[in-house]
Amino acid sequence: MALQSLNSIRRGFEPWNDPAARPYIHFDRVTKKFGDFAAVNDLSLTIFEREFFALLGASGCGKSTLLRMLAGFEEPTSGRILLDGQDLRGVPPYRRPVNMMFQSYALFPHMTVEKNIAFGLKQDGMPAADIAARVAEMLRLVKLEEFAKRKPHQLSGGQRQRVALARSVAKRPKVLLLDEPLGALDKKLREETQFELMDLQQDLGLTFLVVTHDQEEAMTMADRIAILDKGEVMQVATPPEIYEAPGSRFVADFVGSVNLFQGQVTRRDAGRAEIAGPGLVIHTANPGDAEQGKTVHYAIRPEKIRLSSFPPENARANAAQGEIYDIAYLGDVTIYNVKLDSGQIVKSTVINSQRSADDPLTWGDRAWIAFQPDSGVVLTR
Amino acid sequence: MNTGGWSRFNIASVTLGFAFLYLPILLLVIYSFNASRLVTVWGGFSTQWYAALLQNQGLLDAAWVTLQVALVSATVATVLGTLAALALTRYTRFRGRILFSGMVFAPLVMPEVITGLSLLLLFVAIGLDRGMLTVTLAHITFAMCFVAVVVQSRLLTFDRSLEEAAMDLGATPVKTFFAITLPVIAPAIISGWMLAFTLSLDDLVIASFTSGPGATTLPMKIYSQVRLGVTPEINAICTILIAIVATGVIIASLVNKRREVQRLRDEQAAGRA
Repeated sequence: MALQSLNSIRRGFEPWNDPAARPYIHFDRVTKKFGDFAAVNDLSLTIFEREFFALLGASGCGKSTLLRMLAGFEEPTSGRILLDGQDLRGVPPYRRPVNMMFQSYALFPHMTVEKNIAFGLKQDGMPAADIAARVAEMLRLVKLEEFAKRKPHQLSGGQRQRVALARSVAKRPKVLLLDEPLGALDKKLREETQFELMDLQQDLGLTFLVVTHDQEEAMTMADRIAILDKGEVMQVATPPEIYEAPGSRFVADFVGSVNLFQGQVTRRDAGRAEIAGPGLVIHTANPGDAEQGKTVHYAIRPEKIRLSSFPPENARANAAQGEIYDIAYLGDVTIYNVKLDSGQIVKSTVINSQRSADDPLTWGDRAWIAFQPDSGVVLTR
Repeated sequence: MNTGGWSRFNIASVTLGFAFLYLPILLLVIYSFNASRLVTVWGGFSTQWYAALLQNQGLLDAAWVTLQVALVSATVATVLGTLAALALTRYTRFRGRILFSGMVFAPLVMPEVITGLSLLLLFVAIGLDRGMLTVTLAHITFAMCFVAVVVQSRLLTFDRSLEEAAMDLGATPVKTFFAITLPVIAPAIISGWMLAFTLSLDDLVIASFTSGPGATTLPMKIYSQVRLGVTPEINAICTILIAIVATGVIIASLVNKRREVQRLRDEQAAGRA
């Protein structure tokens, strides 16, 4: 792999690269059909202990079904789900050592915050004194001590979310399943809560499996992300890998925004390739599995494309000329859409602190785009 | 243009509507306090007919029968109606569901005469002696549908993830039903019970068909006495009945109202989230 530097965001925690590491959750060729429709299709996935793992995909991609199968609300049509070596087939939800935080929170409306949190512990027959101690601990953890006697409808959305969280971790499950945990919160609260969730996961040392359609959320929180589409795994990787080295056009396009150039591989050396596209020759240091003569795509992120009114030093490769077509000012960055002479529109993001005052590009200006050989990746799928 | 306020038209229509509905009842209540024996001639205020009621053993017996029938039938109908509602909302895919739901709700629109007659035929056919038992069974049959409708409408808006959450936290399905589902839908069940109770209290037609000697209900007694001429005593007993039924209806609607308000508050709170 050319991108060795793109490892885990948690220093030193990468059991997926350790051949001796034992998988904690193992989806083994799982298929789930509803009638003729396969929500999950022959999917295999391995998740390790203490990992913060995100299932990312558009709605209907099967991510929630996967979660519900692990919780026991759905049984796979075929395949096995193993948790810590135990086959979960036939085990009802109330006997599985996993707990779920629901998208709607599903707080019991007729019980106080305290009773909600104690519910799961009571089912285990825990002594009353221990329950009280654990509930107090949980309330402290989510900073809701003063709200113990309130009913759910007397709480704000953020507070309810924390009650749901406290209730689902109170039993110290082997795995905590989170279904769109931040979906109902507003943007600011969501950003704060992301970090709280990460801290909580670290402190409790639990394995988190989160389902989300929000790529930013997945990128921020997860150790690894699985991108799902139509019930299949498109790629499993760390957030930097997903972003910098997407494995397919689908992933590249799904996560963040991307420029795709189509072209033919005209030269293929060890660790390098040359791709000829319309009006543009690309030299890349990340050739992937490109083969001589094949038609491939070259994916490059908008922020890796430099924009200038002057031609770059070596304009023979990785550079093209065009016309500024659109400008979107977003505060921290500005997005330029450049219409190349080949007709393709290319996005370039410029951080506004770097936008030079003496080079003010504007609508209709002629401009050069240029990028480095290691800035993009070649995609054959 | 005056939209939401008290325009003259609004006032007139409300007054007329209420008058149409309640003037006859009001008249009955007023004449129950009439001192005169003649029903249509006002002879001054008196509560003597209420006192006389306590001496009328026939009416008191009938009232006692009615109360027993109403309590038992409302309770049983509530259990059966709730189960029917659960079956209809939960097991959406069983064979013949549409037929079942149609059949559960048919008695709502079935003429009471037909319900009464068919129940009578059944009781005769199986050789069940007509009496309090048969009236109670008949009331269960038709009150059950009303309970099912009320409970079903609540279950349709019930968030199933509450039950999943309970099971996820380790509660068995039975435990989940009693700890989560039942308390959450309790207001609907209570108003269903109230409805069944008042329906049984009111019923004349079905009771006349299915009752036997020694099990005369109050509406039957009143009806038979009225045929001999309306007495102020009848007005008094009717006033008491109206009071009981009105109390039941008001409590049921208050419970419903509170539930509505609660839900509205929840939704608003969720909206703020």
